[in-house]
Amino acid sequence: MLKITFIQHDGETIETEVEPGMSIMQAAIENLVEGIEGECGGSGSCATCHCYLSEQWSDKVTQPDNNESQMLEMVNDTTAFSRLSCQVKITKEHNGLSVTLPESQY
Amino acid sequence: MKRCIIVGGGHAGAEAAFELRKKGWQGEIVLISAESYLPYHRPPISKTYLTGETPLKRLYIKPAAAYEKANICIKLTTKVVDIKPLEHTVTLDSGELLTYDKLILCTGCSSRKLTVPGAELDNVFSIRTLDDIEHIARTLGSNQPPKHIVMIGGGYIGLETAASFKKLGHHVTILERSSRILNRIAAEPIAAHITKLHQAQGVNIFTDKSVTALTGEHAVQAVYCSEGESFKADIVVIGVGAEPNTCLANYAGLQTKQGRIEVNQQGKTSVPDIYAAGDCTIGIEPFSGQNTTLESVPSAVQQAKMVAATICEVPQPQIQVPWFWSDIFDCKLQIAGLYQGYDTVIERVYNCDSKSYWYVKSHKIIAVTCINCPSDFQAGKKILKENITISLSELKNVVNPIIPNTSPVPA
Ligand SMILES: Cc1cc2nc3c(=O)[nH]c(=O)nc-3n(C[C@H](O)[C@H](O)[C@H](O)COP(=O)(O)OP(=O)(O)OC[C@H]3O[C@@H](n4cnc5c(N)ncnc54)[C@H](O)[C@@H]3O)c2cc1C
Ligand code: FES
Repeated sequence: MLKITFIQHDGETIETEVEPGMSIMQAAIENLVEGIEGECGGSGSCATCHCYLSEQWSDKVTQPDNNESQMLEMVNDTTAFSRLSCQVKITKEHNGLSVTLPESQY
Repeated sequence: MKRCIIVGGGHAGAEAAFELRKKGWQGEIVLISAESYLPYHRPPISKTYLTGETPLKRLYIKPAAAYEKANICIKLTTKVVDIKPLEHTVTLDSGELLTYDKLILCTGCSSRKLTVPGAELDNVFSIRTLDDIEHIARTLGSNQPPKHIVMIGGGYIGLETAASFKKLGHHVTILERSSRILNRIAAEPIAAHITKLHQAQGVNIFTDKSVTALTGEHAVQAVYCSEGESFKADIVVIGVGAEPNTCLANYAGLQTKQGRIEVNQQGKTSVPDIYAAGDCTIGIEPFSGQNTTLESVPSAVQQAKMVAATICEVPQPQIQVPWFWSDIFDCKLQIAGLYQGYDTVIERVYNCDSKSYWYVKSHKIIAVTCINCPSDFQAGKKILKENITISLSELKNVVNPIIPNTSPVPA
């Protein structure tokens, strides 16, 4: 099991333990972390699963594909570390990863 | 303590349950679902679940623990068989009677049956529920030689399912009754693109084919069409649309229209304390003002949010631009807005695999359909949501961004 930390927009921190192989979105949903809508169920079609990776982790995960980059273009409040959480797969190298959630997904 | 009963554990039912809690409902929440699974994402069942890429545990909208945490009592494999609005009771198939203070109907749709001789043969399936997919998967078996599959109906569900079967290595034929596929959701150029895509992958698509009979001993063996033409079939999958589940609504005397439960913009039905959301309803879609049913996840979720807000007496959620997606082979189809009533279409072509079609009515964009063009989809949604005016004459020109002063064109 890997430790993944979610930080809510209001600063609340939630420590979770997840199996490698799932996406950040699935990790949030299975651990009852609020703040990710995930309307399309993880197919990269809705952009309601926006999250921010911390700077130290952003280059240690697979980089966004063309679809994800395009979907992120019009999302509110994006930064250089914005990702669609359904597209970031957690692998065994990611123990300690931390993810911040935006104020709103709409 | 007050009790809110939700009938139907699909996208609308699950969303309504959690939203009620979020918006401050203090009483009991009882979610009753005829299916034996916790509410799950329906779209992947014809896509990555059928192909085996997504396992069951990744389909659930929320894990069991989430229902516990939100104190939502969920009754699976349980059907509501009657409603008595005056007494404020529902009857379960076990005979149990439950009283409610508020009742939300989220009963969705069932697959439309094919009414031709032979439709009851073995190996004839529908595509609506996880159980449907389980039956198909069992019949296909694993590591078996390829089968001949005939898909009746060329709507998006039929096309997605056909693509999934093809990915699994089967021989797939689609029979569509009208002169083109995707008649209901997309305009001609999109249909042409999707047809080409299927043909390139070896799926046969025949239009203007009216199925008259299925034949076989016990299991289906052939599909016959009106001109006597026949197609070999080991398996037939029927994708000819869905019919709203409104039997309960009729018992309760709710007003219906075109076979669906009529709701107002707060999700109220014609009977006090009964609300409805999702595919089983018809009402004014707030963004377009059209009296319609969208049969999509975003719409079911939005309607559920509206009902929860009404019951909890808090402000209604922000109006969303209606949107929809479908994944067919490696093609991502995304639609924002409603294209009905357009007078002009503007095409924006990046290359033969990536383009968007903009629907215009009286010089105003009302919808956009995108093929492998998420950036145009997102721009379209923003234009519609924020009512942004753009230059229509420049829209064709892919060198310029759609919305001035935003990031440039996709790679
Ligand atoms: C194969 C497939 C692919 C799809 N793909 C997409 C897509 O890519 N994008 C998209 O936006 N939409 C898609 N849709 C449409 C989307 O799934 C529906 O719009 C959505 O599920 C509607 O949600 P709902 O809650 O209204 O109804 P449903 O999801 O149909 O849920 C209704 C539930 O109520 C239960 N029920 C009915 N009557 C009773 C009763 N009397 N007692 C107890 N329970 C009852 C049913 O068993 C069912 O579980 C797809 C649909 C299918 C079938
Ligand atoms: S869940 Fe829809 S894009 Fe991630």
